[in-house]
Amino acid sequence: MTQSIRIGSGLGFYGDNWEPVVASIERGQVQFIASDHLAELTLAILQKDRQRDLTLGYARDVVPMLLRLWPLMQPRGVRFVCNAGGLNPMGAAQAVQTALAAKGWHPRIAVVSGDDVLPLLQASDARFDHLMNGVDVTNVRERLVFGNAYLGAQPIVDALDQGADIVITGRVADAALFLGPLVHGLGWKLADAATEEDFNRLAQGLTVGHLLECSGQGSGGNFGSQGDWQNIPDLAHIGYPIAEVFADGTAVITKAPDTGGLINFDTVRQQLLYEVHNPHAYFSPDVVLDMGQIQLTDEGQHRVRLTGAQGHAPTGQLKVVAGFRDGFKAEISWGFSWPDAWDKVHAAEAMIRSQLQERKMPFDELFVEYPGLNSAHGPLAPLPPANELNERAEIWVRMVLRTPVRAVADGFGRLFPWMALSGPAYTCGFQGLNNTSELLGIWPTLIPRDRVQARLEMLEPSA
Amino acid sequence: MNTTPLIKIPLTRIAHARSGDKADWVDFGLFAWNEAGYRILEREVTAAKVQAHFAPWLPGQVDAWPLPNILALKFVLHGALQGGGARNLRLDNLGKAMGAALLRMEIEVNADELEHALKSPRRGWWPGPLNDSPSPVI
Repeated sequence: MTQSIRIGSGLGFYGDNWEPVVASIERGQVQFIASDHLAELTLAILQKDRQRDLTLGYARDVVPMLLRLWPLMQPRGVRFVCNAGGLNPMGAAQAVQTALAAKGWHPRIAVVSGDDVLPLLQASDARFDHLMNGVDVTNVRERLVFGNAYLGAQPIVDALDQGADIVITGRVADAALFLGPLVHGLGWKLADAATEEDFNRLAQGLTVGHLLECSGQGSGGNFGSQGDWQNIPDLAHIGYPIAEVFADGTAVITKAPDTGGLINFDTVRQQLLYEVHNPHAYFSPDVVLDMGQIQLTDEGQHRVRLTGAQGHAPTGQLKVVAGFRDGFKAEISWGFSWPDAWDKVHAAEAMIRSQLQERKMPFDELFVEYPGLNSAHGPLAPLPPANELNERAEIWVRMVLRTPVRAVADGFGRLFPWMALSGPAYTCGFQGLNNTSELLGIWPTLIPRDRVQARLEMLEPSA
Repeated sequence: MNTTPLIKIPLTRIAHARSGDKADWVDFGLFAWNEAGYRILEREVTAAKVQAHFAPWLPGQVDAWPLPNILALKFVLHGALQGGGARNLRLDNLGKAMGAALLRMEIEVNADELEHALKSPRRGWWPGPLNDSPSPVI
């Protein structure tokens, strides 16, 4: 039995930087890289791609990422797991296979799918109440555009057991991308987990996954603080987190030598609580994690030891995140210079409001914020008095219209250009003449586990 | 019993924080640098006070969980994202900057206990010389 596994963080989102993964492969002694390309909203972006072209719908960065990393992974025997498949895992796998084959590389590629449950949500008798507010899905059923269950680690374990070099999945629980290789490599019980010891090991593995799934956010990136982030070395050459995980579940979080960033008690625990709600019941398809007894022991020199995660048997339901069409937005931004910049911004806003009314353009909301003043913290950011704002060198305004009617959104930007010659003076930087986009509501819900069937396919070798 | 005067400080003096999103909720981790700081946070930063802090902007329910094992408090603010990131019209549609909005929150501390929290060593290992303030500019 293997004594320990070293696994490294890949991307933390679609669009993230894969260059730091090079150091983990070359100097971090990892056996696996697991890469999370899907934030909660990413499927909404991929859905728009798929509407344009049915062969898309996956996170396309996986192709250039693997063109860069596979020749470094292959000679070292490093294997790769990712959820870049998005809404089209087979499409992603075929694109990867084709691109690598053109270079003469022929890894064994596995595809995990079965997470698409949209047809079940669309069935007229289905009950899929909103997880947070209990509303019935019939309110949005006609407008649903995707619906995916979060699969667990089992199909990833199976793919690795069958010898896959690269595993490409659709929606799986982010941390399952990491738990899969750990269960495979350390021989942990998963489907047959029964004892407290079994579930505590899985809880440790899930925690490792959670600490690594956001790339640099687990190694000193995005460290929220005043006057301390400056002491984190060389973020431009950050090393993504690596975990060494032992058979009993104990783990050490570290990173490759000679990289930037910081692994310590502070940076690791900021990630530990990130996007966790009840920390005593962090649900996943494989185990329910209680963080209440976790110990993070800072050993110095970029080593933090993780122990004490407690696990309980998972529930009979899987989480689903669906998206539904929810109207349109159109936005403009515009700069107004001294003098009287604050008064001019308000005059412009009042004219736009009256035009919307006079032209009988239906809308739900005209949202106005002032970048540089209140867009990050709203009214919690102290706003200087109007006379002081009128003395400012410039005030920027951002106006966003929310409307159920696309034509109204398309017409919003057209309400502004006349003001360049006939409105208040000394303006610059107008943007947003044509800037409509569709809004998507997110519908989180639960589905009985037995209604979702994960599917594992091994691609035919390309050579 | 402390007898030194009570003073108002923003949380940023003794804590660090990160925020994230899940559908229409924003969640926060709030972290003390050491045990002395944690005792202040646990006492002063209650769910009700966090709710009152955000109320002028986002008057949603707040849940709180203390995690003394990692010197942290966990908060969830409901109804914080206009229904969710993909329909939120704000520039900060995911609430990523809201961790700093929490650090703006003011609490009342005894001058002695504040000094103790500021002077107590950190539990975390930080490379290089670390002074109280100001931080070295890199």
